[in-house]
Amino acid sequence: MSTLEHWLQRYNAGRDALPGAGVPWLDALREEAIMRFADEGWPSNRLESWRHTSLTLLEERSFAPASAPLAPETVLQRLRSDGEEAAGGHWLVFVDGRHAPALSELGALPAGAEIRALAEVLATHPEWVEAYFGTVEEGASPAALNAALAADGAFVRLARGVALDAPLHVVFIGGVRKGASLVRNLIVAEAGAEATIVEHYVGVDAAGDAQAGTPGTLTNAVTRIAAAQDARITHLKLQEEDRSTVHVAHIAAAQARGSVFASHSLSFGAQLARNDITTRFDGEGCEALLNGLFHVDGRRHVDHHTRIDHAQPRGTSREFYRGVLDGAGRGVFAGRILVAPGAVRTDAMQRADNLLLSPQAEADARPELEIYADDVKCAHGATVGQIDEDSLFYLRTRGLDEAHARNLLTYAFAAEVLERIGLASLKRRAQVAIRARLPGGELMEVL
Amino acid sequence: MLDIRNLHASVDGKPILRGLDLHVGTGEVHAIMGPNGSGKSTLAQVLAGRDSFTVDDGSVSWDGVDLLAMPTEERARAGLFLAFQYPVEIPGVSNAYFLKAAVNAVRRHRGEPEYDAMDFLKRVKAEMKAVDMREEFLYRSVNEGFSGGEKKRNEVLQMALLEPRLAVLDETDSGLDIDALRTVADGVNRLRSPERSMIVITHYQRLLDYIVPDQVHVLSHGRIVRSGGRELAHELEERGYGWIDEAQATLAQGAAS
Ligand SMILES: Nc1ncnc2c1ncn2[C@@H]1O[C@H](COP(=O)(O)OP(=O)(O)OP(=O)(O)O)[C@@H](O)[C@H]1O
Ligand SMILES: [Mg+2]
Repeated sequence: MSTLEHWLQRYNAGRDALPGAGVPWLDALREEAIMRFADEGWPSNRLESWRHTSLTLLEERSFAPASAPLAPETVLQRLRSDGEEAAGGHWLVFVDGRHAPALSELGALPAGAEIRALAEVLATHPEWVEAYFGTVEEGASPAALNAALAADGAFVRLARGVALDAPLHVVFIGGVRKGASLVRNLIVAEAGAEATIVEHYVGVDAAGDAQAGTPGTLTNAVTRIAAAQDARITHLKLQEEDRSTVHVAHIAAAQARGSVFASHSLSFGAQLARNDITTRFDGEGCEALLNGLFHVDGRRHVDHHTRIDHAQPRGTSREFYRGVLDGAGRGVFAGRILVAPGAVRTDAMQRADNLLLSPQAEADARPELEIYADDVKCAHGATVGQIDEDSLFYLRTRGLDEAHARNLLTYAFAAEVLERIGLASLKRRAQVAIRARLPGGELMEVL
Repeated sequence: MLDIRNLHASVDGKPILRGLDLHVGTGEVHAIMGPNGSGKSTLAQVLAGRDSFTVDDGSVSWDGVDLLAMPTEERARAGLFLAFQYPVEIPGVSNAYFLKAAVNAVRRHRGEPEYDAMDFLKRVKAEMKAVDMREEFLYRSVNEGFSGGEKKRNEVLQMALLEPRLAVLDETDSGLDIDALRTVADGVNRLRSPERSMIVITHYQRLLDYIVPDQVHVLSHGRIVRSGGRELAHELEERGYGWIDEAQATLAQGAAS
């Protein structure tokens, strides 16, 4: 059976049981979305923006549920034992794409902060999300499949001026029963609201090394962020899924005047991960930081496609992506910056740097600048390189053995990305994740 | 005792050291002077084990051990220290981490207990004071954004921490102001001992007023062409290198005819 048929069947059989079924606008949107997906199928490398990352491997896979290894409780415990702050904060946990109330712990929320599972909101207050759910056209075809079938996710709404005291951790534990998880997160920050939201994607494969070949789990995630005037949203995504997982995600932000959006995307797991991260400046004087780090080894593949749409004047964007590539790993970065006519005094800067640790690893970094306005500052740079021989020699002349020196330089390269993560507890969490992945990471004390 | 015989080294097939001989006795300080591009840094790097240079001929014996057969890090642990002419910037690695890793690598090798964080900080802060470095330099990335003089002080700090048996200082005095020169020279002199040998590469006789060498050598076109006492440095300061080259040429002519 071809995968398209599988998804159509799944939709037909399940649509009436989806949360919010029967709500007219939602029914219509889902119907159109599944049609778009049926029409387009999985993106293949015939599409320019999927040139290096074909999802056609998904065509032969139906993601039928299978049996379970590590308990989600254990996985969550590990996640929360990394720092003293991790014990605090607000935790909303999903297992295989479904809200797990028993594992969640939202704690006390400030007045005006609404954090719930999307399924619950769709069932009880669909009108809350109508304006924010998204459209059929948005993103590539996997995003349409997500619109048709996503049954749960996080819903966050912050009323005017409300600041979330501690980070919200949204945890997606995947692969318990294998199969596919489609989740959709909606984050709505009204004027002047502030929050830090962390999305964790983790697997349950104890070894973390189920040697790939055929993907067993599919994660398809869409996160939509609406930042009203002067809102400040920090979004951190930590993807540490099992090596048998295919992870396809789209993070789409829309920013009103004077808002600040920071995105940190740390992609360490999965067999194949594709992240589309976009933001659009709908008002003057917006700021965006797109910061990212990925690590691939074996035959793993990570692709980041970003787009910053400077639609209005006086916007500032900073973009920094780094990749560490080992084995026969493959990394792709394509960063698009659009400066609309009239978006004067735009200030955009983009850097993409890749460190190849093995001769078989391969990295592509491609800036795509489209500038239609005058009086604009736009800078970009991309590198693909190896460990610096001068640095290596210098360290060795001080008695560090070659492996230690190499690991240290690799870790330092990666750690620069972490410096941009403001919150100490999150930085630490990310350090732990990197150390677990990079060779010799356990030797590294805090640099 | 360092014994360099007939050393030939090249890079990409281009010969740089062409039959260099040098003997540095234990506890001695030797100065090497010579024109730009004559091979002084190449000699220093070859001694430290830089593998972009190919050793084509000759030998280097260090207290009876074949130095050239040892990997770079083992030379360092055995007590060879090179103060770089151009210290390398390493973004993302804090000076504190780097210094501690270096000191402990050497201590481990000597069978001494590794420093823990407390012991290390105590020691490093004392040494920093001696070379007049502020503590903030501990928490900056290695050499990143350091001024020329600050980088040189950082080299001397490393030398003091690692307590080498053989130190090679490659133009550690270049780019230093008068006070810094004094500080650096004091740092070097504190380390002078009967067990410790030093090779001081410099362009300036002035440094040798502070660090008084046992011998001065002139390196030209990849060989030591002249050796003498410290008065040779004064002579070079006055007359430049031209007369040595001329003397060489006359010598070579004599040999050819
Ligand atoms: N990697 C290299 N590739 C090509 N040539 C090199 C390389 N390294 C050194 N050289 C050449 O070897 C010669 C000697 O260089 P070296 O750095 O040893 O000189 P030096 O005596 O230290 O000069 P200075 O007084 O300017 O520091 C120079 O001509 C230099 O250009
Ligand atoms: Mg030199």
